Amino acid sequence: MQENLNSVLRSLSEWPKLMSLTNEHIKQRLTEKFGEQVSAFTEPYGMLTFESPKEINLKVLNFLFDDEELRFRFLTDLCAVHYPDKPGNELAVVYHLHNLEDNIRIRYKVYTDINKPDVYTATGLFSTANWMERETYDFYGVNFVGHPNLKRILNVDEMDYFPLRKQYPLEDQSRIDKDDEMFGRGGTVGFGTEKTDHGTLIESHKTNVGDNIV
Amino acid sequence: MKIMARPVSYNINNKPLEKDISLADMPEGHQGEGFFATSLNSVIGLARKNSIWPLPFATSCCGIEFMATMGSHYDLARFGSERVGFSPRQCDLLMVMGTIAKKMGPVVKQVYLQMAEPRWVIAVGACASSGGIFDTYSVLQGIDQVVPVDVYVPGCPPRPEAIIDGVMRIQDLVGKESLRRRNSPQYKALLDSYGIQ
Amino acid sequence: MSEQHIKLPEGSIEKTTTTLNLGPTHPATHGVMQNILELDGERIVSTEQTIGYIHRAFEKIAERRPLYQITPLTDRLNYCSSPINNMGWHITCEKLLGVKTPKRVDYLRIIIMELARISDHLICNSIVGVDSGAYTGFLYVMQYRELIYEIYEEVCGSRLTTNIGRIGGFERNFNDIAFQKLEKFLKEFPKVWKEFENLFNRNRIFMERTIGAGPISAERALNYGFTGPNLRAAGVDYDVRIHSPYSSYEDFQFTVPVGTTGDCYDRFLVRNEEIWQSMSLLEQAYKKVQEFKGAEAEIYHADVPEYYLPPKEDVYTKMEALIWHFKIIMGEIDMPPGEVYQSVEGANGELGFYFISDGGRTPYRLHFRRPCFVYYQAYEELTKGAMLSDAIIVMSSLNLIAGEMDA
Repeated sequence: MQENLNSVLRSLSEWPKLMSLTNEHIKQRLTEKFGEQVSAFTEPYGMLTFESPKEINLKVLNFLFDDEELRFRFLTDLCAVHYPDKPGNELAVVYHLHNLEDNIRIRYKVYTDINKPDVYTATGLFSTANWMERETYDFYGVNFVGHPNLKRILNVDEMDYFPLRKQYPLEDQSRIDKDDEMFGRGGTVGFGTEKTDHGTLIESHKTNVGDNIV
Repeated sequence: MKIMARPVSYNINNKPLEKDISLADMPEGHQGEGFFATSLNSVIGLARKNSIWPLPFATSCCGIEFMATMGSHYDLARFGSERVGFSPRQCDLLMVMGTIAKKMGPVVKQVYLQMAEPRWVIAVGACASSGGIFDTYSVLQGIDQVVPVDVYVPGCPPRPEAIIDGVMRIQDLVGKESLRRRNSPQYKALLDSYGIQ
Repeated sequence: MSEQHIKLPEGSIEKTTTTLNLGPTHPATHGVMQNILELDGERIVSTEQTIGYIHRAFEKIAERRPLYQITPLTDRLNYCSSPINNMGWHITCEKLLGVKTPKRVDYLRIIIMELARISDHLICNSIVGVDSGAYTGFLYVMQYRELIYEIYEEVCGSRLTTNIGRIGGFERNFNDIAFQKLEKFLKEFPKVWKEFENLFNRNRIFMERTIGAGPISAERALNYGFTGPNLRAAGVDYDVRIHSPYSSYEDFQFTVPVGTTGDCYDRFLVRNEEIWQSMSLLEQAYKKVQEFKGAEAEIYHADVPEYYLPPKEDVYTKMEALIWHFKIIMGEIDMPPGEVYQSVEGANGELGFYFISDGGRTPYRLHFRRPCFVYYQAYEELTKGAMLSDAIIVMSSLNLIAGEMDA
């Protein structure tokens, strides 16, 4: 650990000279080690993104951490996304990792089925994953296997559903003082009444507003 | 369930500043050689309203505006609120500033219950008054769902001048309140409607 | 005879520690966080944190709002320095939409962001002073926060939750009064800050209170995901402004202060020094802005008609401007699909925005990477074996803002 620290402290101050690690190289190292299991390599806005089956997520994270060339030793962020229109792969857990010395970021996704959302926990490797995984569980219901304290963190403990999933509405349906029709949602007529699961319609899918007024 | 509205008037008198020190106005009454007779209500109201001790229940952004109000630029201490206390037993005015989530609702109610009569509540900011911009499943849409509120100060966040205006209206209410109000059946009915004994 | 009348709770005779609830409402917790401490006399044995008392579901709200309606939400993340959050959000949108901002806009953004950073560090450090018993510094320094608020008011109209800027720049050019106030700030503030430092930096009581309180080593800090002043106090010089420069920070010269032990005193000193560095950045940016002359001095936004409202004279006279105005206000503009992660150096650490767009008007998923959420996890490790009064100082020196923690 002390050598790690020394290398971090030394090389951070020299970072402009050490930009030799490229996305191509990382992709090559990953495919060498894991073969066909890592897939879907893309580079949106310059950040290498890839995915793998959820069973090997710890193996991939450990590889990225321990390898002396890759050194992704900082977990920037851990979150989840709900894709209701991908049956079998509805919940995606997204890890953002950062190599502080070479200043490279990488995004790693694992997909899981919503009926059995078990993913191995990363708390053994990164202490920061503790609360991030609790938040992900609270919002989406992803069950992190091996987490020391997996309970709700931001919502009330008695809540029995996972609110950030797309099928649940934003507003508290039991409130009586806000009139949804006046606020432009759930009313019967007019602009702003086209509702979808996630509350927005792409231009091409919208019908003419005048068609709906009777 | 109807709650009677109490009339509120401004207690600002436009008088020119002829002296360096201005004293509080005398209540109406009869005075003569060496005596001054007025009603007990007015005297106690005068004393109470110029020495309100607030309990700042600051949760979010409005709390920072409250800190600015307590600072030297917009001094709240000149209205008698020099000592802000955090112990409910010793405070008169519960200033709820900021968003109250559903997880926090029972805490607000608990703090209100621990306060001793007479007590007043001011809801500072849009979130405390009505939920503000957060019309979501986790935010209480106004603290008047859990405690009876006397004055609402709108704004997101309200300027310090607005917070001071809210405190001045509370002073108005305090100064004109009848001494028997807290034992009256209307007040008991108000508390019953919130489930408070 | 006495034991027959008293019924004690289970296990309370064997229990040797006291449970103290540092509850959600407490004068020393700045914001609503709860801490249940197990104390052995004055020493802390363990702590348990509960947050979520101000959970406002920002991420769910963001899925229902077009881009400009999300800016007021980002304001309320770290509300002591809301312009940084707003700028970070606009920079994220510009990355997604592929908008390049002109240099003058970048320099003006740097002026606003550094003012916000100074204002946040002012609160944090003076509150550390208040928690250790010195109230005067806080009152003295709040006066200069009012001056910073006045500068914001000249640009955007609001003091605290600013909603400042637009995608591509600012809503209006900085007027002369704003620059005069900035000059007044640059002239008067260094003296004030020197006085504040004289009050605290070598003050024996303050040093004995804070040295050794809540230390953290660099590798534990990195493992916990610390960023910002808390990580720099532990010895790692990671600053997003230098590592992934945004908004033309690469044109400026400044140093990054680094501590050694990561305890409260180091954090205090790092924030103090960062204020000096921000002042230097402000002076450099102001000088660079004044070098723009003539027509260039009138540029305050990039040319992005899909998201920036055209000026009203054009809307009333030109067809194209009228159509853009209609489309923007009625929300008929779609974003390109894609996913982007952009982070800025917030006053408290790396504030990240993970934005997934599916081609509609509103984000498909927006996740905020909030630094305060990450710091509070480490609280148990920071206060193990510490005294009760250290627990309070550690909490305030980490600069935990509840609005950002719970989002």
